Amino acid sequence: MECALDAQSLISLSLRKIHSSRTQRGGIKLHKNLLVSYVLRNARQLYLSERYAELYRRQQHYQEGGLLLGAPPGCAPAGEIPPEFSPLQLAAEPEDPEPGMQQPRSCGLGCAAGGALGRGGGDLLEVPVCAALLPGAPQEDEPLELQPSPPQHPQPATPSALRRDSSPGFYRGGGGSSASPGLLYPVPTSCDFGSPAPPGSAMSSASGGASAHCSSRTTVLDLDTHVVTTVENGYLHQDCCSQCPCCCQGAAGLGAPPPTPGTKRKYYPGQEDEEDGDPGGVAVGGGSPFSLCSKRARFEDFSPEQPPDSSNISNLISIFGSGFTGLVSRQQADCEQPLNGQLCGKQALASLGAWTRAIVAF
Amino acid sequence: VAEADIISTVEFNHSGELLATGDKGGRVVIFQQEQENKIQSLSRGEYNVYSTFQSHEPEFDYLKSLEIEEKINKIRWLPQKNAAQFLLSTNDKTIKLWKISERDKRPEGYNLKEEDGRYRDPSTVTTLRVPVFRPMDLMVEASPRRIFANAHTYHINSISINSDYETYLSADDLRINLWHLEITDRSFNIVDIKPANMEELTEVITAAEFHPNSCNTFVYSSSKGTIRLCDMRASALCDRHSKLFEEPEDPSNRSFFSEIISSISDVKFSHSGRYMMTRDYLSVKIWDLNMENRPVETYQVHEYLRSKLCSLYENDCIFDKFECCWNGSDSVVMTGSYNNFFRMFDRNTKRDITLEASRENNKPRTVLKPRKVCASGKRKKDEISVDSLDFNKKILHTAWHPKENIIAVATTNNLYIFQDKVN
Repeated sequence: MECALDAQSLISLSLRKIHSSRTQRGGIKLHKNLLVSYVLRNARQLYLSERYAELYRRQQHYQEGGLLLGAPPGCAPAGEIPPEFSPLQLAAEPEDPEPGMQQPRSCGLGCAAGGALGRGGGDLLEVPVCAALLPGAPQEDEPLELQPSPPQHPQPATPSALRRDSSPGFYRGGGGSSASPGLLYPVPTSCDFGSPAPPGSAMSSASGGASAHCSSRTTVLDLDTHVVTTVENGYLHQDCCSQCPCCCQGAAGLGAPPPTPGTKRKYYPGQEDEEDGDPGGVAVGGGSPFSLCSKRARFEDFSPEQPPDSSNISNLISIFGSGFTGLVSRQQADCEQPLNGQLCGKQALASLGAWTRAIVAF
Repeated sequence: VAEADIISTVEFNHSGELLATGDKGGRVVIFQQEQENKIQSLSRGEYNVYSTFQSHEPEFDYLKSLEIEEKINKIRWLPQKNAAQFLLSTNDKTIKLWKISERDKRPEGYNLKEEDGRYRDPSTVTTLRVPVFRPMDLMVEASPRRIFANAHTYHINSISINSDYETYLSADDLRINLWHLEITDRSFNIVDIKPANMEELTEVITAAEFHPNSCNTFVYSSSKGTIRLCDMRASALCDRHSKLFEEPEDPSNRSFFSEIISSISDVKFSHSGRYMMTRDYLSVKIWDLNMENRPVETYQVHEYLRSKLCSLYENDCIFDKFECCWNGSDSVVMTGSYNNFFRMFDRNTKRDITLEASRENNKPRTVLKPRKVCASGKRKKDEISVDSLDFNKKILHTAWHPKENIIAVATTNNLYIFQDKVN
């Protein structure tokens, strides 16, 4: 069915609806939000599959001459790209044929595409989550200001290009600026060799200190598990996530050994409760930060000041950023596929932020 | 339009003499049919306002910092047992049993009181008399007899009175509770679809109803387009259905909004109890209780909206919950649409008709003119194109008199009562 809105607009529209439902009289309507999350999932599936296809095409082009970056994209977003991004989309096909949507054939190949796709993964991640995140920004007057349309300022396609924030308030990098807890804030730079800025990047662009550390870095924070992924200079460097050993698997032999299961870095925003573990707990899988093994950089600088609502909002957003695919139980079953994204899928599911929990809590 | 005046439910009582409406402001207005004018017999009695009362007030849940809307979600009448009438009305959280009684006499002639109520000095009483009842202007009083509260975490969407006339069920998004009409401090949970992990939630309960004849049977519909029939004799907790009614989705119709439009907004048993009807966004389906894998009849209400789902999502109309109803003989079903249109489907002749509830377009006492929506292409005279439909004028609630061909149709804030021509 033709839709007047593209997938991206649908995503931002849906998130707007979810957010505004919080302030409606009578409390959050579980039914309506459930339905909206289905639209979100559908739109996101389409968007991701389109992006994947595009990035795969690009990767094919670069594979001849460019660097191969080994980190599979599925890990990059640390579960932010939910299973649907890889195994579920593939697995979902037989059960849930969506003829109108592109098939993510590049999924498995995307893992080999490494950084480009990792970057792309970050991009992909940025898009929906950014839309989700916007409400959480402390400084924004209109927290719901979403930018569903293609970037207002297209970026030069250089690895070191810094993409400046078109909404600077939202995203601050590690360099001492404040950010809402749980905010997913990619610090976008192009780690994509030659690829133009994906549409979502502008949305997600953030200025800030993180960029200061590295001239080309995209950093993504998993809202739910609070693990941070940084793509730097085309290389993924992440702290190894316990649930993402596949990141290391994908590495072209350069990576450090996979991290011990159960270890991951935690990002401690000032106000949030952490169920487990210690702020200092860093599980680094070993290897240099620039190795192709996935590692997660840690965001040191987080300032807790924010409007009282934003942690609730960002929780809600993280739930959607990472977890609404859990709504489809049959997809959950599908994630048990032996693909690279498998463990990321599990992680995503495990880290599902219980969107309805949030809704109920509200 | 004042938001408080938006009608949110319409229901005839068992005899059809009374018609109750609930609105967003928490009020209930009851209309009563005039006694038939046997001499004229040109039309059946008109419905006039009989009683108005405030059923629910807005509340605040301090624990959750949530406002509880006073909007009346459903009204269900109890069958009449004595001179008084009883109905159940519910908002999102609390169900109330109301007694509506008439007073048309009052006692006069007290010995110790004056007529205006002042007490007389006993020393001035020289004779005794017996007070007598004298007629007075009819007064209709509504008093709350039971309040069934604190049993629902989520928003109540349905109440249904059992055929035993002693118990009733109330359903919210995730649970269904069974009550006894006399007991307010206890309720049995009979269906609970809340998953242990809320992340695994995939569907919610959208409507529930008791079978009209079997007091052990009820159905509930889901947001995924399924209906489950449960038998309370099977177990105390009816999480496992006895029957599951589901029609496989047509993959060629798949879209972003497939899940939304397959969500069932209303389920109603036929009077006979043999069939049930479900309403989803675009269609009405009749199911035979003996056949689970597909409906026996499907009627398209406004298929021309299928290509407009995106805009309807934008303006939130896609979330509108239309109700549906049977006529007394189960031969015709009715449901509402947009632009103040409502549709009737004759199950026997397979004919359908679209009518409009509007003052501008219909003179009183004239026959309603059938309407037609032109989906695309050339618009014929008197047809209305899809793009000129007014989506703010929606008919969500309709009711059919249990015995006669009288229908009540609620537009946003007006109630229309139509009857067929009496020869």
